[in-house]
Amino acid sequence: MRYSALRVLLEGLRRNTGWKPVWRDPAPQPEYDYVIVGGGGHGLATAHYLAKVYKKAWIAVLEKGWIGGGNVGRNTTIIRSNYLLDGNEPLYEFALKLWEGLEQDLNYNAMVSQRGILNLCHSDAQRDAFRRRGNAMILNDADAELLDQEQVRDMVPFLDFENARFPIKGGLLQRRGGTVRHDAVAWGYARSADSHGVDIIQNCEVTGFKIEKGTIKGVETNRGYIGANKVGVSVAGSSSRVMAMAGLRLPIESHVLQAFVSEGLKPIIPGVITFGAGHFYISQSDKGGLVFGGDIDGYNSYAQRGNLPVVEDVLEGGMALMPMIGRARLLRMWGGLMDMSMDGSPFIDKTPIEGLYFNGGWCYGGFKATPASGYVFAHLLATDTPHETATQLRLDRFLTGAMIDEKGAGAQPNLH
Amino acid sequence: MIINHPLLGPRDAQEFVYLGDASLIDRPDAMAETALNDFHDYLYLRDNPAGSHQELWFHEQGDRSWLVVTRDTASHEITHVELAVDYAKRRGRDR
Amino acid sequence: MSQKNRLDGGQIDRNHRLSFSFDGKNYSGYAGDTLASALLANDVRLMGRSFKYHRPRGVFSAGSEEPNALVELRSGARREPNTRATVAELYDGLEAQSQNRFPSLRFDVMAINDRLSSFLSAGFYYKTFMWPAAFWEKIYEPFIRRAAGLGHLSGEEDPDDYDKGFLHCDLLVIGAGPSGLVAAQTAGRAGAEVILAEEDFTFGGRLLADTGLLTDQHANDWIAEVVGELSNLPNVRLMTRTTVFGQYDHGIFGAVERVTDHLPEPPSQKPRQILWRIYAKRTLLTAGATERPITFDNNDRPGVMLAGAMRAYANRWAVAPAKEVAIFTNNDDGHRTARDLNAKGVKIAALVDSRADAPTSPEFEVLSGAKIIDSRGRLGLKSVKVRLQDGSVKDLTCGALGIAGGWNPNVHLTCHKRGRPVWNDHISAFVPVPDSDPLLRVAGAAAGLFSTHEALQSGADKTIEALKDLDISAHLPDLPQAEGAPVNIAPFWYVKGGKGRAWLDLQNDVTVKDIKLAHQEGFKSVEHVKRYTTLGMATDQGKTANLGALAILADLEGKTIPDVGTTIFRPPYTPVSIGAFAGRSRGKNFRPYRLTPSHKWAEEQGAIFVEAGNWLRAQWFPIEGETHWRQSVDREVLAVRKSVGICDVTTLGKIDVQGADAAKFLNHVYCNGFAKLPVGKTRYGLMLREDGMAMDDGTAARLAEDHFVVTTTTANAVSVFRHMEFCRQCLWPGLDVQLISTTEAWAQFAVAGPNSRQLLQKIVDPEHDISNEAFTYMACGEITICSGLRARLFRISFSGELAYEIAVPARYGDALIRRLMDVGEEFDIVPYGTEALGVLRIEKGHAAGNELNGQSTAAMLGLGRMVSQKKDSIGRVLAGRPHLMREDDYRLVGLRPVYAEDTILSGAHLMSVGDPANAKNDQGWVTSAAYSPHIGSSIALAFLKKGENRHGEVLRIVSPLDNMDIQITVTIPHFIDPEGVRLRV
Repeated sequence: MRYSALRVLLEGLRRNTGWKPVWRDPAPQPEYDYVIVGGGGHGLATAHYLAKVYKKAWIAVLEKGWIGGGNVGRNTTIIRSNYLLDGNEPLYEFALKLWEGLEQDLNYNAMVSQRGILNLCHSDAQRDAFRRRGNAMILNDADAELLDQEQVRDMVPFLDFENARFPIKGGLLQRRGGTVRHDAVAWGYARSADSHGVDIIQNCEVTGFKIEKGTIKGVETNRGYIGANKVGVSVAGSSSRVMAMAGLRLPIESHVLQAFVSEGLKPIIPGVITFGAGHFYISQSDKGGLVFGGDIDGYNSYAQRGNLPVVEDVLEGGMALMPMIGRARLLRMWGGLMDMSMDGSPFIDKTPIEGLYFNGGWCYGGFKATPASGYVFAHLLATDTPHETATQLRLDRFLTGAMIDEKGAGAQPNLH
Repeated sequence: MIINHPLLGPRDAQEFVYLGDASLIDRPDAMAETALNDFHDYLYLRDNPAGSHQELWFHEQGDRSWLVVTRDTASHEITHVELAVDYAKRRGRDR
Repeated sequence: MSQKNRLDGGQIDRNHRLSFSFDGKNYSGYAGDTLASALLANDVRLMGRSFKYHRPRGVFSAGSEEPNALVELRSGARREPNTRATVAELYDGLEAQSQNRFPSLRFDVMAINDRLSSFLSAGFYYKTFMWPAAFWEKIYEPFIRRAAGLGHLSGEEDPDDYDKGFLHCDLLVIGAGPSGLVAAQTAGRAGAEVILAEEDFTFGGRLLADTGLLTDQHANDWIAEVVGELSNLPNVRLMTRTTVFGQYDHGIFGAVERVTDHLPEPPSQKPRQILWRIYAKRTLLTAGATERPITFDNNDRPGVMLAGAMRAYANRWAVAPAKEVAIFTNNDDGHRTARDLNAKGVKIAALVDSRADAPTSPEFEVLSGAKIIDSRGRLGLKSVKVRLQDGSVKDLTCGALGIAGGWNPNVHLTCHKRGRPVWNDHISAFVPVPDSDPLLRVAGAAAGLFSTHEALQSGADKTIEALKDLDISAHLPDLPQAEGAPVNIAPFWYVKGGKGRAWLDLQNDVTVKDIKLAHQEGFKSVEHVKRYTTLGMATDQGKTANLGALAILADLEGKTIPDVGTTIFRPPYTPVSIGAFAGRSRGKNFRPYRLTPSHKWAEEQGAIFVEAGNWLRAQWFPIEGETHWRQSVDREVLAVRKSVGICDVTTLGKIDVQGADAAKFLNHVYCNGFAKLPVGKTRYGLMLREDGMAMDDGTAARLAEDHFVVTTTTANAVSVFRHMEFCRQCLWPGLDVQLISTTEAWAQFAVAGPNSRQLLQKIVDPEHDISNEAFTYMACGEITICSGLRARLFRISFSGELAYEIAVPARYGDALIRRLMDVGEEFDIVPYGTEALGVLRIEKGHAAGNELNGQSTAAMLGLGRMVSQKKDSIGRVLAGRPHLMREDDYRLVGLRPVYAEDTILSGAHLMSVGDPANAKNDQGWVTSAAYSPHIGSSIALAFLKKGENRHGEVLRIVSPLDNMDIQITVTIPHFIDPEGVRLRV
C-alpha cells in the first residue's frame, strides 16, 4: 500500500477503514538465510537494505519485545555528521545523505528536518578544535561553517550573551544537521523491509546461539529454534549479554543516558544547539516539546533510568545557556541503555565465529547513524567485506592500537 | 545513590567519581611474554553484567579513598563497600 | 461582580475578595479559589482549546491531572505557558490568557482541523507531506510547527530566583489526605523525623472535597486538629505546595516547593520555587487516587468533567459548574456526587448509571442500565443523549456532566524504579504490588483502599511497619470513625457503537477510533499505540486517559486489561519548572570561579581575564595606548625575551609525593625514569594512560630522598591526582608513599627572561646561592625569601629563556607579586598573561593542551625515546601496539608561512601543494598557531605524517571553513634556541 496525500484523502473519505497493517505479523519459519537479532532502528534498517539494495531474501528480524522499543525510541532525535576522525566521518556523512532521501526511499514520512545543528564554543582551544573538525567535515564532503560570536548572536539571539559564566565565542554549524521523528524511523524501515519480504517477528527473544565447529547454525529463541546461514546481531544496550551467549567478550560497557522533554510550546528554538561549557543540548520537536539531554550518568547500568544529579547538571547547563526556558516545565525524563565502547566509536565487523556478525558499541550516537549502520551492516552480511565507509570499525582495533577516539578520553567508556 | 563508605558512613554518590570494573585492579605482569595480549584483555574486555558488579569509585570530594562497591547494575542496589586498598592487597597487589 | 454559580459554604474566604482577568475580561473570586473554581463560579466553562483539532474545552478535573484548562498565567517575562487553571491559586490581580487559539478562544480559525479530522487520523503525517522532498523544511514543517505547541514562552530571561536544598528524614509521607495525616501523626508521636509533603496549598486531600464526618467532627475540624498537633511537633516538617515528583535510588526523592507561585510575584529575597532533594530512610506514599472518565461520542464539551471534580467544586469551593447537571457513573461513587450536589441545591437532571442494578435514590432520578451516548453544545454543554435500558433514547438538558468511571490509585512513584503495578479486579484498577519495595510503602487510596476508614487505618498501620524497620516503636493512634463504604463498580469504559468521535486523551485529541486505527495498522503493543497515537504524551501524561485506551485495546485483542499490559510512569509526577532544577546555577553563578593569588593585583593592573576551566587567569595586561590585544601580547613576549617577565602559574596542578618509595612510585606513573633523579633536581616527566597515549606532562622536583613535588597541567590537575591515587591504592598498595594535592596551597609564579636570576637574587635570602653554578638548569630547592619566608624555587622554563618558578604559601602570593614588580622595576619587568605564555611556548615548541589532547602518543610528540623500556610504567605495554608504532604516524613539526604576511590558523589541515583538498590527501593539521614577534611572522605547531623527515618541505595548509589556502614551510618545532643555550646561562 503506497502512502501519499491522495491516499490519505481517499482513506479519509472511507472513514479510514482501508488502512492495512504497516507490517505483517508472521510466525517464524524454521530457517532463514539471514537472521537479524534486534528489531531496533539499526536491525530494521539492516533488513531493509539487505532486501532492497543487496537483493537478499529469506531474512528475519527477531525482536524480543516490540520493534523500536530500544534506543531508536528513546533518543533525542538528532542527526548530524560533525565528526572529526577518518574512521567515523565518512560513515556519518553517508548516513546523513541517506537521511536526506529516506522518505522517498521508504515511502514513509519520518520528518527528517534539516534545521541545523550549532555547537557552541567558549574558548580559543575549543574553537581551534572546531576548526580542525569542521575542515575535516568539509574535506569529507560534509558541510560545516565556523561562526563568530556575532554570527551566533544573529542566529540565536536568546542565548545568554551578557551574563554568561563561559562567554560564547562562536560555534560550529552544520546546516544539514537536524532532527528526525525517531519512532517513525523504526516503523518506516519495518514497513519497507516487510514489503520486501522480510519477516519481522516480535516477542521473539534469542536465548542462545547454535554454533558448530566455529560456525553459526542458528539461534534458539523463546519461540523455538530458528536456523540461519548468517546471523547479524544489532542489539545496542544488550550487546554484551547477547554476545556472551556466543562466548564472546566485548570492549563495551552498558551505561544509562537520560533524556528529557518539556511541555509543548509554540516554536521558540529553531534548530539543535549544544552548549560547549556544560552538558546540555536542545532542540524543539514539531509537536512543540523542548527535547534535551546531557551527559550519561556515568556508572554501569541496565536500569533504563538515571538519577537526579545528572538531571540537575543538564538543566543547570540549560539555564546557563538560555535563561528564557526557566518557566517551561520538564514533562518527562527517561533513560536509555548505551553500549559505551572503549574508544567511543562503534563496531561493525565479523566475529571469530563464522557467519556471526556484530553491530554495536554506538555509545549515545547510534540514532543519527541508523541508515548508514543498516546499509553497511547489510553490505558486510551480503558480501563478507566491510563497506568502504566502515573499514575501521573493527572489533580487534584495540589489539592493533587503531582506536577511533574522537574525544581522546582513552579506555574509559564513561568519558566518551 | 548513596554509598556507605566504610570509614565515613553513608555518602551521596555525587561526592564520588566512577571508574569502572574492579578488575582494573588486576593489572597484568608488564614483563610477561604475553603482556600485550594480557593488557589488551585487562583494559578493554571487562565484565559487563546485568546484575552484581564490583566496581571502583573514588571519593574525590571526601577522603580520596578508592572504594570497591558491589552494586547491582539492574536495580542499583548496593550490597557491599570496602576500601580498594584492602581489596587490592587481598588480590595480591603489593609493590 | 457576579459569581452566579457560587453556592453556600465551602472553604473559601468570602471576606477576601480577589479580582482577576481571563482573556482580558475582569472577574472576581475569593481567597482559597483556584483559577478554575473562580472561572466556574463566574459561569465560564470554555477555558481552552485542544492540541490537534482545536476543540473548545472546559475544565475537566479539580487537580493536577487536568488535561484541558491550560492557560498562560501572568504576563511579560513571567508568563507561564500551559499552567493548569485547576491548581493555579487565585491571587489579586491574576492575569491569565487562553492559549493555542487564533484569534480568540471563542472563535479559533484552527478549528478547521476539527472539520478535517477524517484526514488527520492517528499517524496521518507519516503517510504524506513527502512530495516534493524539498517542501518539508520549507512549507509543511514550518506550518505544522506553528500550528502545534501549546502556550508561548515569553522569550525573555526568567526574572525569578530558584533555590535548592537537601532534607533528611526517617519517614517521608507523600500526600496529606486522611492516610497521610494519620501517618504523620503516628510517626510524629513516635518521635521519628517526619516530612509531610502535600502538592495542594492546604492539607486534607480528598477530605476537603467530601462531606462525611469523622466521628462527630466535620472533616475540616479534624484536619485542623491533626495539623495543629503536627505543627507543634519539632520533629515534623509540614510542607504544602510541595510536589514529590520523582523517586530515585536508595530512598532519594525529588520534590519541588512552589514558594511564591500563589503571589503576584516573589517578594524580594524569596525564590519562586525550591527543588528539594529528600533523603528518606522510609517513605509512605499516600498520594490518593485519580478519577477516570467513561468515553462516549462528543464527551469533550466544556461542562463535561469528572464527577469527583464536580463534587470538589461544590463542596470545597462552593461552586456549581452549572445550574443543572447530570451524572454518568458505573459505580457507587457517582451517587455520592449526585447526593452532595443535590444537597447543595444544584438540580440533578438525572443520574445515569450503566449498571442495571444501580442503587435508587429518593432525591433524584436514577436511570439504571443506561448510557450517555452523545452530547450537544459547541462552546458549552447544552444537553446529553441517553440510551435507556429499554433501548429508547432521551435527551437530558444540563449545563454540566459529571462522569464517574472509577478511580485509579496514584501509583506513579512506585513505578519510577521500574516497578510494575498489578491489576485489582475488585476496584478495576492497577495497584502497587504490596510490600514490593522495602523503602517505599503505600497506603490509602494510592494502595486501592478507597474508603476513609481504610485510608486512616492503612496510613497508621503502614507507618508503624515502616518505623519498625528503623527500630522506632510507634503506636496506633485513636482513629476517628469514618465511612467505610465498599467499592461497588461494574467496569464500563466506553460506549460502543457510536458514530462520532469519542475522546480518550482530551489534550492530544486521541479518540477511540484512533486506537482502533492504530490496532488495525498493526500497532498492537501498548507502547506502539501510545507512540503512534500520542496517547498519554500530553502535559497531563494521560492520567485520566491511559486506562480507557488499555480497555479498548483489550477488547480489540480479546484479552483482559492486565494481559494487554500497562504503561509505567516516569518522573516527574507532574511537570516541574526547568528553573527549579537549575536553582542558582545560572548566569555568572553557573559554576564557581577559582581565582589565582595574584587576581586582585592583576585586576588593579587592568588585566583582561580568560576562563581556564573554572579558573580565571590574566590573559594579557594592556597598558596605556594599546588598542589591540596583539599589541599587549607582542610587548609582553618581547619583554620576556629581552629582560624579564612574570606570570601567575598557580593554576598548574601540584602534588606532593612523600615516602620512602616515592621515587619508585613515580617510576610507575611516569613513562620516563625518576629513580635516579638526584635530590635538588627537577625532571620533565610524561605520563601515559594505560592505553599508551599521552595523558599529561609536567615536572617532578626532588626536594628530598623521600619527597617529590609533581606538577600537572592546569586542565588535568584533578584527573592526574585521581589517577595517581588509583595507582597508589589499587595497583601498588604496598608502596610506602603518600600523596596530597597542594595546588591551592602554594602560589607559584614563573619568572622568565635573561634577567630573571638577577631579579630573584634581590628577594632570595643571601644564604641561598642561586648563581648559575650553584643552582643549575633544572635545579630545585627549598629556600627562604624576603627575610625568612619559606619558598620553593625551581629552575625550569616553559618559554625557552633562563627562567624559574617560585612558590610561596598561597597567602603570600599577592605580596610576592607586588614585591617582584617593585624590585623588577629596574629591569623593566612586565607581567604577562596566558596569551604571551602561549606564544612563548609555541616559539619554544613545547606541547600543551592542543597537542596533549588525549589522541597523541609520545612518539607523535617527539618524545618516543622518553618511554623507558627498562621498567614497568603505566602505558608502556600498550604504547607498543603496532598501529601506535607505525612509521608513517604523525609527528610534531613547526610551520612557517612561505609568505611572511600570511596567517596560519590553528585547525587548518595540511596538504601537498597541487593535491586537491580532500580527506584522502589530508596529511595532518595545525594544532597551535600564533604570531611570533620574535620571528616576525605567524608560526605554528602541527602534526604531520612522517613529519620528522620533512623539515624544509613546502606544503600548503587549507581551512575551507575560512577559505584559507596558503603555503608553509615545515620546520623543526623550535623557533627559538633549539640547542637550549638560553636555558643554561
